[in-house]
This record gives sequence, structure tokens and C-alpha cells, in this order.
Amino acid sequence: MNEDDVDRIDRNRRHFLTVATAVTGAVGVGFVAVPFLSSLKPSARAQALGAPVEVPIGSMQPGEMVRVLWRGRLVFVLRRDENMLALLPDALNDLRDPNSLVIEQQPDYAANDTRSVKPEYLVVEGSCTHLGCAPLEDFEVRPAENWGGGFFCPCHGSKFDLAGRVYKGVPAPTNLRVPPYRFVRDDLILIGQDTGAA
Amino acid sequence: MDKLNVIRRLAVVATLLVAADGFAAGGGAELESSNIDPDNISSLQRGARNFMNYCSGCHSAQYVRFNTIGKYLELSEEQLVENLMFNAEKTFDTIQASMPTKDAARWYGTAPPDMSLMARAKGADYIFNFLKGFYLDSESPTGVDNLVLEGTSMPHVLWELQGYQKANYSEQTVDGVTSHVFEGFDLVTTGSLDSEDYDEFVRDTVNFLAYIAEPIRSERRKLGVWVLMFLIVFWVIASMLKKQIWKDVN
Amino acid sequence: MARIEAEVGKPQGGFMKWIDDRFPFTETMKYHATEYYASKNFNWWYVFGVLAFVVLAIQLITGIFLTMNYKPAAVDAFASVEYIMRDVEWGWLIRYMHSTGASFFFIVVYLHMFRAMLYGSYKKPRELIWIIGMMIFFVLMAEGFAGYLLPWGQMSYWGAQVIISLFGAIPGVGEALVEIIRGDYSISDITLNRFFALHVIVLPLSLIGLVFVHIVALHEVGSNNPDGVEIKENKGPDGVPLDGIAFHPYHTSKDLVAIIVFLMIFSAVVFFAPDMGGYFLEHANFEPANLTATPEHIAPVWYFTPFYAILRAVPDKLWGFILFVLAVLLPVFLPWLDRARVKSIRYRGWIYKSALSIFVVTFLVLGWLGTMPAEPVYVLAARIFSVLYFAFFLLMPYYTTIDKTKPVPERVVYHG
Repeated sequence: MNEDDVDRIDRNRRHFLTVATAVTGAVGVGFVAVPFLSSLKPSARAQALGAPVEVPIGSMQPGEMVRVLWRGRLVFVLRRDENMLALLPDALNDLRDPNSLVIEQQPDYAANDTRSVKPEYLVVEGSCTHLGCAPLEDFEVRPAENWGGGFFCPCHGSKFDLAGRVYKGVPAPTNLRVPPYRFVRDDLILIGQDTGAA
Repeated sequence: MDKLNVIRRLAVVATLLVAADGFAAGGGAELESSNIDPDNISSLQRGARNFMNYCSGCHSAQYVRFNTIGKYLELSEEQLVENLMFNAEKTFDTIQASMPTKDAARWYGTAPPDMSLMARAKGADYIFNFLKGFYLDSESPTGVDNLVLEGTSMPHVLWELQGYQKANYSEQTVDGVTSHVFEGFDLVTTGSLDSEDYDEFVRDTVNFLAYIAEPIRSERRKLGVWVLMFLIVFWVIASMLKKQIWKDVN
Repeated sequence: MARIEAEVGKPQGGFMKWIDDRFPFTETMKYHATEYYASKNFNWWYVFGVLAFVVLAIQLITGIFLTMNYKPAAVDAFASVEYIMRDVEWGWLIRYMHSTGASFFFIVVYLHMFRAMLYGSYKKPRELIWIIGMMIFFVLMAEGFAGYLLPWGQMSYWGAQVIISLFGAIPGVGEALVEIIRGDYSISDITLNRFFALHVIVLPLSLIGLVFVHIVALHEVGSNNPDGVEIKENKGPDGVPLDGIAFHPYHTSKDLVAIIVFLMIFSAVVFFAPDMGGYFLEHANFEPANLTATPEHIAPVWYFTPFYAILRAVPDKLWGFILFVLAVLLPVFLPWLDRARVKSIRYRGWIYKSALSIFVVTFLVLGWLGTMPAEPVYVLAARIFSVLYFAFFLLMPYYTTIDKTKPVPERVVYHG
């Protein structure tokens, strides 16, 4: 072996070792990054505080709405009366997503005409899908304005019907979100969980 | 400094580290060793049951969640709820004392301290000796005093198990100064457990307290092995690279 | 020193040229790394500077993540630390890295300073580097002290109470100063909040700035070496010191090995002994601060104990404080106290070697004494060793003058 060969072997070995070191270092950095980035996830306390919320509905009157907080977010529980239910189909032509085709906005058991598990009770997040303001109740029926009742967002004027479906021509892009929920008993709704025991 | 010296020094450091990671007492009197085994899950399960049944009436462990314990002690949710959760509703709840703190402070003169970190503050041996150190004292409002913590407001909660003991002192005069020297305990009333079984009971309880003081201990040690192995590999590669680069230095 | 703005050696096209036309990137890389020449005979005493830098980075990163979950209020602080330890995913690891890092910072910095004493790295023309370094040390002590209050444990509270009260010893302004530091009539939630601001913003920024100028000052004159030979006095025809090798890749590759060994020791502590027998995480601090009950045995954290022992050795509050401050300040004057003509201990006589050895023992013994209770035998020992401590510095002009030194070689000693 002459000097040139030795040099070449040295250079190759050095290149190989540099790559090996760099790769090992990168892997190490990756391993170290995991705990730090994971620490940004909701902690055990956040998960505890974000646990499902029970809403007793036994004493709710038709037409009454109850507001609860689940995971720090406002949720409306509305017991729709017969009139409200009857008026639901009328607005269909004016709605952006009448058939709840945007699947992220509701679990599949709420992708129906009333956007709910049981027709009588609407469970929907009180957060406008435009920029998050809390919409106001507007259940007064005003035929002159073609308004069958629903929700009105004061921030930028978005409108939703009594199934939380968004109207056309308003800034909000999608229907109000339906959270996961289930009926534990006929008089008790559990918001935040739709399977298994309480 | 040559390589052999470096390795020798690292070996000393390693030995010291292993010795240092223990529940050492914070200094003070001679304490009998508690000999707890943190890896013994059955002991920890018994300790958890002991704590909830005998201690949690007055002492909270406010930073400890039931679901954390349940998972580590390999309990099903039913076992957890049935055996350990008396007043708590949800498994993610923390261990609260049954007795309201204000009342406890009024009745006992001082609020029973929270137990979440007691084993790290005082050491497992301290608590072990404390629970074995109650003796009859007619002048105390609770009828007992404690060898490890003189003047404690805590009653002898475990009297039914241990029974009652009295403390024997002898008088010793050294250089004209007379002092009382503790000689030992005598059991005056027997409890439902004999001395060995009572020790076991206390040991399990202290083991549990040591666990809740740092639930992550077992996992961190396991992880440490992997981290060191990775670093050893990295060290070898980096050393080879360094030698290769330094070859042309003369 | 003027830098030659040649176009030689710079990228001629592409992305790097775009950068270099707008930012002195390649120039800086050359000046500070690929064409910064340091001696080839560095031994392992020379890694502690870069290790200090690594620990600084560790503390900054872990510190940022801790501030995301820590609450700097007296009612919440202790609980928030337990929240981090138990509820935040991997919070325990971030916390242990930070507490271990704090202790390792001082281990590394003390060893780094000791290197300067071994090889005369504080001597002309490196006096300013040494002074800036001492300023870093002062800021670091303040940073450690402020940080220790944050967990709001028994030792946090009472340790702060004792140390802050020290300043009351200053005649005249003492009491007012103490009140200004505390922001209240006793250590309280207000004190905690402002110490949080100091620990998270003021002192880290100062530290980063000082480290920057420390390195700039170093690169201006060039590094010293274990023989104390100025390598710039022997340059080759190309202007490169004959005994010098480029920082990158030679010293960078060597430092990488040192960093990995450091990380092994650091990880061993983090994962197997984060309490370190009560020295890194003190037992008493696992109890929340109780304003009515002082722990049996107050001592500052281990890295302050040598100076604490000196403070306690003096039976007078004011003079104890003065000597405590003097003990910390005296090393600043080493460049002028040390009269020897040679830099490195390799060429010094037996007098200096003995003096330095005694100093090391003194420092360690004082440190140990600082952890002991103030019993008469320990106080007596502390007095003796305090005298030795001050003697090392105050007598230095004398004994370094009479010390018989050996001739220093022209070129460094390197055995390959």
C-alpha cells in the first residue's frame, strides 16, 4: 500500500465516522425531543378536569335550554318543542350543509335530520364555527324574515338553525359542532363520552 | 490524566450514585432500617389498603391520583374502586382526608400533615420507626407519646394491631450530668398482630408511602439503563471519529 | 485585530453567496472555528468551558419548559412543582434535568476556574477574560439562589430568609436594602414573584450576554494551554501558529467526546440518583414552606457551602458578611496577586504547588464544614481553614515572587 492508498482509506474512514456520529447524534436529539414535546400535551390534571360532564334533563321543559361547560367549552342542551321540530325542514334550502356532510362537525349518530341522538334534545357546542364567539338564542319565529328560530352570533352575524346548521351567506363555514354524548338514562345525558360505562 | 484513572474515577462515581439513591433519613437518632422492597407489588397493594383504611381518615395524599396507583399496582378498576376508594367519586381524583383540615387542626392542635412526600422529606426509616415508636404516657392528651417525635399530637392509630407498649429508661450519670437513656419497649397490652406481623404491616405501609412520594422512580431507573447504553454507543463512535481526525496531528 | 476581507475561500455562488453578501457567515465560521487556532496539547482540563456552555443550554431549555407549568405564587408554587412531577407528561424528567443541571453547572464552573489556576490562564493578556468569567460566576450564584426559592419548600424559604438577612449587616443601608430585595416586610409571595422574574429573565439574559463577551475576549487573544506557552509567538510561513490546530474539526471532535462522557455522568445522576443523598434535592424541601417552623438544620445548597463556612466562622454579623464577600471577590485579583513569571504549574516551583494543593483541600474542607451544624469543633476548624483560604490569595504576591520556577520551553510539549 502506498501513501495515496493510506490517505484514501483514512479519508473514507473519516467520512464514514463523521456520518455515523452525525446520525447517532441526530437519533439522540430525536429521543430527547420526545419528552419535551410530549410535555406540551394535556396533562393528567387537564384530562381529569376535561372528564365527561353529566347533565340531568328530567326537569327540562319543552323549549328550555341549558348551558353547561365541558372541557372549558360552552355546550347547549336544548329540549326542542313540537313547533321547533316541525319547523326544522323548512330552512333546508337556505342552509350551507343541510345534510351534515362535513363529518368533523358531528359524530355519525348526529348526522341526521335533527342532528341528535333523540329528536327532542339538541346537544351542540355553543361556539360559532367562524371565530369562536358564543352564539345567542333566537327562538322567536319571524315568518316575515323567513326565520324559524335558531342561534345568532353577535360577533359577525352568523346564523344557525335549531339543529345548529349554518345558513348560507354568513361568515361561519360549517354547522355548530356536536360533541360526543350519550343518554345514560332517559333523564341523564353524559357529555364527552359516547361509549361504555360512566 | 490517563485513561485508567478516568475509568477508576467513573467507577467510584457510579458506586456512590447507586448508594445515594435511597430513602435516606434526614439525619438524627439511630433508626432501625425499614428494609422496604419497592419492587414488591403485593407489599405495595397491602400498603395501599393499610393507608386508605387507617391513615386517610386524617391524612391526605393530595398529589396522588387513584388511577395512577391503580395502574402501578396492577389493580382493575373494580378492585381500585372497591378496595381503595371510599369517599372519592372518580378514579382520577386525588386522595383527600376524610376529616376536614380545620377541624383536625382544632382537635389535635396541629393539622395532620399531607403524606404525598413524607417519605422523601423524612425518609422511609423515620416513618417506619415512628409507627413502631408509640408508648404509653399518662400525661399526654392522647395517652401516648412517640420515641421518634416527642410530643406528637398523633394518637396511636394502630393500637389495635400492635397493642400498647411502655418505654423503659435507665438513669446514667456521665461527668456529673444525669440523663435518661432509652433501653427498650415492653409490650403491656397485646394487639391482634404479633411483633413480626406488625412489623410487616408497618413495612408494607411505609413501602406504599415511599412509592407515592415518587411514583416514577421505577420507570426512571429502567429508562436510565437505555439512556446510558445509547450514550456508550455514541461515545464509542465519537471517540473513533476523534482519533481519526487527530491522526494528522504530530 | 483586522480581518482580511478576501474573497478567497468564500463560496462563489448559490445560497451561501447570497447569505455571505448580507451576513458575515463564512467569515465568522473561519474566525471563530475553522481558522481559530488553539494549541494541540490541550488536556481534559480544557473541556470544562464547552461543558459549561452545554449545561447553560440544558438549563435554558429545561427552564423554558418548566415555566410553562410552574406557578410563581406562594399558594401554588409547591403544588405546581408536584404537578410537573406527577401530572405533566415527562415533567419529572424535565424537572430532574433542571435540578441536576444546577448542581452540575457549579461542578463544571469550579473545575473550569481551577484549570485557569493550574495553567495561569488569568495572566496577561487574559485578565479581562478572567474578570468577565468572575462576573459570570457572580451572576450564576445569584441565579442559583433565586432559583432555589421557587419550589417554595422549607429549605427554599428558610435558606432565603437567612441569606437575605445577611445583607442587613451592612451598616446604614442594610435594613432598607433587605426590604428592597424582599419587596415586603418578610419573605413572601411578593418576593417569590420577583425572584421568578430575576431567575427566568434578568439573570439568564445577563448570563448569555456575559458568556458571549467572554468568548469574544478569548478569541481576541487566543487560548492558553497546559504549558503556558504563547503559541502565537511561533508562526509558520502561512501565519498559522506552529503549535496550533484549527478549533474545528480538531477541538470540536474532541469536545464532542467530552460532552458525551459528561452526558453519561449527568444521565446517571438524573436517572439513578437525582436527590444525590439530599445534596442536589434537599430532604427538607419536600415539605412546603412553613413560616412558623424553621427546619432543624439550615444550610445553603452545597455549592455555596465553602463561602457559608467562612461567614459562620466569624463571630460578628458585619465582619462575617464582609469576609464572606471578600472570599468571593478575592479571586478576581488573581492576575495581579500572582507575580510568577511563568503561567503553568508545570514550570512552577514547589511553593506554588504546595499552596495550590492546600487551597484545594481548604476549599473542599470548608465546603464540607458548611454543611455541618455550628458546633464548636466545626467552627474552630472553619476558622483555621478560612485563614488558609485568605492566606492563599493575600500571601500570593510574596510566595510567587520567591518561588523557583523552571525554564519554559519555546514550543508546547505534545506526545501525540
